[in-house]
Amino acid sequence: MLAPIAQNLAFGILVGGLYGIAAVGLSLVFGVTRFLNVSHGELLMLGGYAGFWLYTLYHVDPFVGLPIVVLLMVVLGVILYKLLFAGMVKYPEETKVKNTLLVGFGLGLVLQNVALRLWTADDRGITTTYSSQVISLVGVRFPLVRVASFVIALVVLFALHQFLQRTYTGKAIRATVQDWEAATLMAIDVQKVYLLAFVLGTALAGMAGALVSVGYSIQPNMGLEWTLITLIVMVLGGLGSIMGTFVAGIILGVAQSLTSFWLGGAYRDIVALVLFLLVLILRPQGLFGAKEG
Amino acid sequence: MLEVERIDAGYKDLQALWGVSLRVEEGELVALVGPNGAGKTTTLKVVSGLVKPTAGNVLLDGRSLLKEPPHRIVEMGISQVLEGGRVFTGLTVMENLELGAFGMKARKAKDQNLKRVFSLFPRLEERKRQRAGTLSGGERQMLAIGRALMSNPRILLLDEPSFGLAPLLVEQIFRMITEINKQGVTVLLVEQNVRAALELTQRAYVIENGRIVGEGSGEALLSFESVRRAYLA
Repeated sequence: MLAPIAQNLAFGILVGGLYGIAAVGLSLVFGVTRFLNVSHGELLMLGGYAGFWLYTLYHVDPFVGLPIVVLLMVVLGVILYKLLFAGMVKYPEETKVKNTLLVGFGLGLVLQNVALRLWTADDRGITTTYSSQVISLVGVRFPLVRVASFVIALVVLFALHQFLQRTYTGKAIRATVQDWEAATLMAIDVQKVYLLAFVLGTALAGMAGALVSVGYSIQPNMGLEWTLITLIVMVLGGLGSIMGTFVAGIILGVAQSLTSFWLGGAYRDIVALVLFLLVLILRPQGLFGAKEG
Repeated sequence: MLEVERIDAGYKDLQALWGVSLRVEEGELVALVGPNGAGKTTTLKVVSGLVKPTAGNVLLDGRSLLKEPPHRIVEMGISQVLEGGRVFTGLTVMENLELGAFGMKARKAKDQNLKRVFSLFPRLEERKRQRAGTLSGGERQMLAIGRALMSNPRILLLDEPSFGLAPLLVEQIFRMITEINKQGVTVLLVEQNVRAALELTQRAYVIENGRIVGEGSGEALLSFESVRRAYLA
């Protein structure tokens, strides 16, 4: 009885790390720009296919190809921001959220259909020579690629955390999250901060997608589910705490994995939404978010 | 040094300023006083570029600021303290001050400006590792002013620095403002605390309903009949 629970716990933690890194991307974009980018899941999907193409067409190892995926996503992020989102900056917060919701849904639909055209509706994934390798620890099996993905997610988020805490640019981002008007008066070019946050968010989504394509599988219609997951994790973790969001991702991963085990796979999404509602009711600032000082 | 010329400005369909003109000379400490909602804050925001006027001009040393974004205006030497201070509560005192020196020129002179701020407000040095959200109202106001000084401004715009503070603290803040002005920083001060502001300044403007209705030395305005009746009775 205990062994399968431990096994599902392990799977939950591993997938939760990817939830975490994807959600930090969404959270960063929303926190800084107040753009609710509901095409975040589609951006993640594109990152997945980028990794898939690099592997199948050019035989680039998925982990070696990760920086290339990130680079491609940075370029895409800049283009999407300049084309679709930059014009929203001038609106008040509520209008911004509404407008970006519409743009995001539209963009999501477009990207989904582009993916359908390019890669068909089949499930895709990357199978390398080491894909079947497993690390066994006291009877619990840890697939090597998923462990590697988890570690990468953790390292990237730690680096991002250090960047936000220690560098001048990072501090400017945090200041803009708190009060963009006051930040402007610090000689911070808020427009540049917005662009940077959006591009970072896009890159994190792409990286998560590429990791998903190694340890799991990708489909053109996976975006909505991932948008929902990242949204829930963002709220669960609370805005402004990177490591908190990462932990929230793991909590959701574990909750889903254990519910699937006990109640069946159909309850995966329900438990996510229940968690979402509970947090909104009991702790709207999120598990790790700070109340206004 | 700073000239505001016949400014019209507002928000959406509400016009807040009607032909507002004022000037501040190098080294002066000038107050802009008036009741709540008269357009004092809007005037400051027009100068700092946060609100773009629909007519008129703002000049710094004869150069128009209208086309400059706010973050450039800061680098040109105009630093504004918003009403309530608006410190970054989630960041430490030190981080707040560092951000005040975000501009390229200011960053190079950071250590020097930090020394000056700490000598003006020793309390900030004691608390430099604390989150700004844990500070008292008076300390936050000091931090906001200190942060604005970190960009080494030529002109400091202060929006209601006395707001919500106990009388003893108000006195202390006003003393600091005089001291900062004596160190060579030109100050444009917006205040609802009319008597205190007029006693402090060499020159003042009175604004009502978005229009400048009086101008003169602080002393002269203190004896100005309508000002006496409106604010000092």
